[in-house]
Amino acid sequence: MVIGALFGFIAGNITQSPYLGFLVGMLAGGAASMIHAFISITLRGNQIVSGLALTIFGLGITNFFGQDWINKKFTIPVNPVPVPGLSNIPFIGPILFNQDFFVYFSYVLVLLMWFILFKTKTGIHLRAVGENARAADAMGVGVNATRYFWTFFGGLLAGAGGAYLTLVYAPFWLDGITAGRGWIAVALVIFAMWNPLYAIIGAFIFGGIDSLQFQLQAAGTTIPSSLLNMQPYLLTLLVVIAATIIVRTRHIGTPGELGVPYAREEK
Amino acid sequence: MPDIVVALKNITKRFPGVTANNAINFELHGGEIHTLLGENGAGKTTLMNILDGIYRPDGGEIYIDGKRADIHNPADAMAKGIGMIHQHFMLVDTLTVLENVVLGLKSQKLYVNKKAVAGKIRTISDRYSLGIDPYTRIWQLSVGEQQRVEIIKTLFKGARILILDEPTAVLTPQEVRTSFDIYRQMIHEGKSIIFISHKLNEVMEISDRITVLRHGEVIGTVKRAETSKGELANMMVGREILFRLKRKPLKRKKKILRAENVRALDDKGLPALNGVTFDVYGGEIFGLAGVSGNGQKILSQVITGLRKVTSGNIFIEDINVTNASAKKITGQGTNYVPPDRLKVGLVPNLSTMDNAILRRYNRPPISNNYFINYREAAEYTEALIKKYDIKVPRKEAPVKLLSGGNMQKLILAREISENPKLLVVVHPTRGLDVGATELIRKELLKERDNGVAVLLISEDLDEIFMISDRIGVIYEGQILGIVNIEDAEIKRIGLLMAGLKDKSTA
Ligand SMILES: Nc1ncnc2c1ncn2[C@@H]1O[C@H](COP(=O)(O)OP(=O)(O)O)[C@@H](O)[C@H]1O
Ligand SMILES: [Mg+2]
Repeated sequence: MVIGALFGFIAGNITQSPYLGFLVGMLAGGAASMIHAFISITLRGNQIVSGLALTIFGLGITNFFGQDWINKKFTIPVNPVPVPGLSNIPFIGPILFNQDFFVYFSYVLVLLMWFILFKTKTGIHLRAVGENARAADAMGVGVNATRYFWTFFGGLLAGAGGAYLTLVYAPFWLDGITAGRGWIAVALVIFAMWNPLYAIIGAFIFGGIDSLQFQLQAAGTTIPSSLLNMQPYLLTLLVVIAATIIVRTRHIGTPGELGVPYAREEK
Repeated sequence: MPDIVVALKNITKRFPGVTANNAINFELHGGEIHTLLGENGAGKTTLMNILDGIYRPDGGEIYIDGKRADIHNPADAMAKGIGMIHQHFMLVDTLTVLENVVLGLKSQKLYVNKKAVAGKIRTISDRYSLGIDPYTRIWQLSVGEQQRVEIIKTLFKGARILILDEPTAVLTPQEVRTSFDIYRQMIHEGKSIIFISHKLNEVMEISDRITVLRHGEVIGTVKRAETSKGELANMMVGREILFRLKRKPLKRKKKILRAENVRALDDKGLPALNGVTFDVYGGEIFGLAGVSGNGQKILSQVITGLRKVTSGNIFIEDINVTNASAKKITGQGTNYVPPDRLKVGLVPNLSTMDNAILRRYNRPPISNNYFINYREAAEYTEALIKKYDIKVPRKEAPVKLLSGGNMQKLILAREISENPKLLVVVHPTRGLDVGATELIRKELLKERDNGVAVLLISEDLDEIFMISDRIGVIYEGQILGIVNIEDAEIKRIGLLMAGLKDKSTA
């Protein structure tokens, strides 16, 4: 995410186009994810270690290449485009349908991902490879190819998240600007029990809490800001605890072989 | 001349340390049920995995319908009409039956037309009376039903050659009946079946021909009509006993273990021990023979306190240890060499030293109740390594890096060093090379000479004959007979293993 944030920001500034910047941010995220893919799929390393290492690497490399960009702004505004009709719905209209292009893109993406995951052969392959790679392999599904492809895809999306942060949301570059939001995304996936439709609901809840703290601070509350800043992370913890309990008792959620490497001739 | 749909020629497959298949020849005729019979580890699954494209053979050729076939993966096999139903089902639990069927379907477009697929699944299910609903999730189905989902999967893709790897091992007797009807129906519809089993009753019931594998080699192929359970049992376990280890005359001491009418359930809650009664005396090796899956593992677990009995009693020297904890039973002098070295016998990622002190880390001199004295621990480990000639790369390296033989020596050394009264050893030499095998057998004999009661549970009949003083045969959770080694004939033991008490039925 942080890699997408920096390289998206740089590309956006150079090309003076938020869209090209966004695209480059995605590709940078995708490229970084290939390191993770190589370690955990080909070398069958431990995903948690690889993931943690990649996070540290991401912070380090962006610190290095971001030196000259610190506190620079991305000056081209990405304006909200109200959706005719829908944006006039009281209360939720302005929230959901008076947004910029990228937010609409995320709506489409959620529906598209849900469709792919649950209605197409590709989606069945993706889920099978994560649940029981041996079974998928025996059915002629290319386990490693599938895992590489979707890891790359995940990298694209993480990069997109980062680029949005520096090109639209902030929009400036600061060292470590993502501030652990990537981890919240991890919690979100657990919260959503690996279903994109739930994920967007969760995203609104997390996002809501995140912005609530700004609103409260702006309103001049007496609660110390450090406590307020803590909210999204506290929520993350609570969500993970709750979701873990729910997942335990039901047969849904966590893919059976989450983080498990696969080798065909191993017993 | 029947048409030969599958011919395997000289198939060889090696794994590190074992030749799982050694120049295997095998033919499947159109419209027959051809059984692959053999003990655990004989190489049946490996051979079929090669035919199914999961493994690549190190040598040999495959012919389908008389034509040389190159099978690189299960999809290739499927394209040639071969479908395999694995011992461990290849089903994704959280997906529905339908989604599992769609998985890997080449014909399926990107968007899955669930209605059409469901309709076809129902047609297949009805034709063979399988009773499977396409929208159920796999985890909601019984094991028998899951197997039928596997059958649907292969039939859906148009398989005409079905490989069934020990399909009955997981089924209840009623489910076995139904599945045999299903197999016959499939033959009726023009399919051919390779059926894998080591249950002689079933084999004699369902097969047209039977090929027996042992230690990765074909012992022979026979027609069902021209053979008997006795002959099959002999082919399976081997006729000739290679040699008997030299040993001192038996000096039987007092009774150590007594099992009295012991009953217990397996993991699925089905009866696995149905009234087992026997004694083991100090100074003898009691060899328990039997085809795998007849209750051996469960018996070893109840004796060592790893599983509860539902009724019956177990005594160690007159002390009732029925359903006592493993710790208490060990305290009474029972030690255990489990069948699964890396899962039960050792902690794979701990070092040799940590594994060596597992039985005594909590008492002096290695422990003073609070801390481990690592100097003592190292000395103790060093002594074991020397005494039993265990080859260890480094004492600190994870024990999983040791070879199978050295792991086994380590376990045996650790258990023997506790000076047990009863030593329960299960498959002590499975998968080991000749040298390690001999060394372990000699150690067991040494223990016997020292007055320990040794219960040897093994599927290797050669091994049982080589070192036992008495042989018991377990069949379907009961001891069918116990004979002294002097009176033991391999043929009779083979018959008992097949569940035949009476000689004349051979
Ligand atoms: N993937 C593997 N890696 C290493 N050894 C294996 C593997 N698969 C099987 N073996 C070994 O090959 C031999 C034959 O095994 P298998 O074909 O499973 O026998 P069966 O199906 O007759 O019980 C055994 O000694 C087993 O330990
Ligand atoms: Mg097998």
